[in-house]
Amino acid sequence: MAGNTEPLPPRARLAVTAGKAAAAVSRAAGRGSGSVIGGKVALRLSPDLLGRLAQHLDVILVSATNGKTTTTRLIAEALRAAGPVVSNALGANMPAGITSALAGGSDARFGVIEVDEKYLAGVARDTEPKAIALLNLSRDQLDRAAETRMLAEHWREGLSGSKAVVIANADDPLVVWAASSSPNVVWVAAGQMWKDDAWSCPSCGGVMQRPGDDWFCGECGFRRPAPSWALNGEYVLDPHGSAWPIHLQLPGRANRANAASSAAVAAVFGVPPQVALERMYQVQAVAGRYDVVQFQGRDLRLLLAKNPAGWLETFSLIDQPPTPVVLSVNARGADGTDTSWLWDVDYTRLTGHPIFVIGDRKLDLAVRLEVAHQSFQVCQNLDEAVQMAPPGRIEVIANYTAFQDLRRRVGN
Amino acid sequence: MSDNSLRLVWVYPDLLSTYGDQGNALVVERRARQRGLDVTRIDVRSDQPVPTSGDIYLIGGGEDRPQRLAAERLRRDSGLARAAGNGAIIFSVCAGYQILGHEFINDLDQRQPGLGLLDVVSTRGEGERCVGDVLGDIDPPLGLPQLTGFENHQGITHLGPTARPFARTRLGKGNGTGDGTEGAYNDTVFGTYMHGPVLARNPQIADLLLRLALDVNALPPTDDRWYEALRSERITAAQQPA
Repeated sequence: MAGNTEPLPPRARLAVTAGKAAAAVSRAAGRGSGSVIGGKVALRLSPDLLGRLAQHLDVILVSATNGKTTTTRLIAEALRAAGPVVSNALGANMPAGITSALAGGSDARFGVIEVDEKYLAGVARDTEPKAIALLNLSRDQLDRAAETRMLAEHWREGLSGSKAVVIANADDPLVVWAASSSPNVVWVAAGQMWKDDAWSCPSCGGVMQRPGDDWFCGECGFRRPAPSWALNGEYVLDPHGSAWPIHLQLPGRANRANAASSAAVAAVFGVPPQVALERMYQVQAVAGRYDVVQFQGRDLRLLLAKNPAGWLETFSLIDQPPTPVVLSVNARGADGTDTSWLWDVDYTRLTGHPIFVIGDRKLDLAVRLEVAHQSFQVCQNLDEAVQMAPPGRIEVIANYTAFQDLRRRVGN
Repeated sequence: MSDNSLRLVWVYPDLLSTYGDQGNALVVERRARQRGLDVTRIDVRSDQPVPTSGDIYLIGGGEDRPQRLAAERLRRDSGLARAAGNGAIIFSVCAGYQILGHEFINDLDQRQPGLGLLDVVSTRGEGERCVGDVLGDIDPPLGLPQLTGFENHQGITHLGPTARPFARTRLGKGNGTGDGTEGAYNDTVFGTYMHGPVLARNPQIADLLLRLALDVNALPPTDDRWYEALRSERITAAQQPA
């Protein structure tokens, strides 16, 4: 069904208007885009507003530990081939931010929505999605988030009654566990470099066996499902066995995986892989991520990596040594205040790169790199790191609030 | 130590390596190599036997269900208990610490037997999780500087007569018993709630484990300036109001 055929009831309309007004005030006060405060005001006036707004849309939910903002963007681009799209493209992925984004798209056919992992079950209940894309689950902010396997369990319970087509990564045992309670699953072999959160069978606790790309539990028989879509190097294989080349501007294996999952989502809505992929090629950067910016006469590529799985994928896409690398880590509220996770990142993979370390927690990084036997320089800030870096494009890898600090400093 | 190679055993990374505690193994290995020692690091998965001939065993923290599975498998295997009987040095963190005690409360809310290598019993607190930076004074006979670490747990650990408190907290909850104790130890077995990882925040504890394993009183000095800088930053930060 396309478009907004039934008008919202008066209270819901008032809520949308009040939310927009609050957002405008927030923007004027210089406190960000205002989408979250706007959504909060609107939800307070009309608690079922999210469901009402979603009623008129074909809703697609996207959740994961890593890649959800990028994949939401790729799916939105692909589905524009079939109709207008509204999306929370800025990454405001909790109910208030989602409500605010949907309130802005009255003539859309599709609502492509990134959802924070902890809120997926609730948002899926409220919005009755047509499709749900589940990309990966791994350790992230353990000082404040739920435990990873519990999150998979929470997804599994939340999705068991859903009518949505679930597009799920067959290579992540936790995602497979979460999705396999759904009656209608499209499995995508999207790959996953990080394996250290799924050595224990999510079903029975047995030790997982992982020969090659396969995986199975030796005790209960829980195993990798046969995928109908697959990422194969630079190609996505569709269910008919056709191989479509992927020519994204976005770098790295993880983004090709995101594109493969996005193509599978687009196919649910009748958009063929070739059309979907070509639209995805237009995406250059997502909320500043992967952007190449000029700073002090140098080219910097800005890369966001928030957790061990993200750092692992990021190390695989940076330019070869001796490309200089700047690392920045903070531990503010949104990052998680415990930096222990740095020790799950294999920094020996940076051997040969000149390394410059900045951010609130640069000393944690310094000890980490010292123990990994890397040479590095600790710098006061980005300016100093860039001045000290040898020639060439600089890869800058930062976690969440450190990345925001970077964007602010380089004016991105 | 056998064959001039220090055997460093990292126990059950498939179950108990969730909170960055494998950093403890990395720190011990690095500091041993800096002293010219050859190190064999052995990572033992929970479907493999725990070797009994290790010099130092490290066990980390994990989630509630993996903790139960780890305790079951370690008791069935018995390698770690035999290694302890041989006088091996064992250093454990959080869920691993609870497993080394007599019993703990598992994910099914049942009392579950541990290995009994430390004279402690753990229960689960009713209140909020203990999450945040910790500062403490390590038990004076060990002769070590201040303890800094990060705790993230809901456990309460009571010490029996043959376990000594590893530290007294100045800030943070530690054992959660309200008496200011943190961790526990006897001659060769250590337990703590501290992440960080704790040996990266406190390299002198890593050196203590090496001294005990090598049976020496002192080790050649290392360049610890980054550890010292991190320690003083974290100790200062812990004392700032949040």
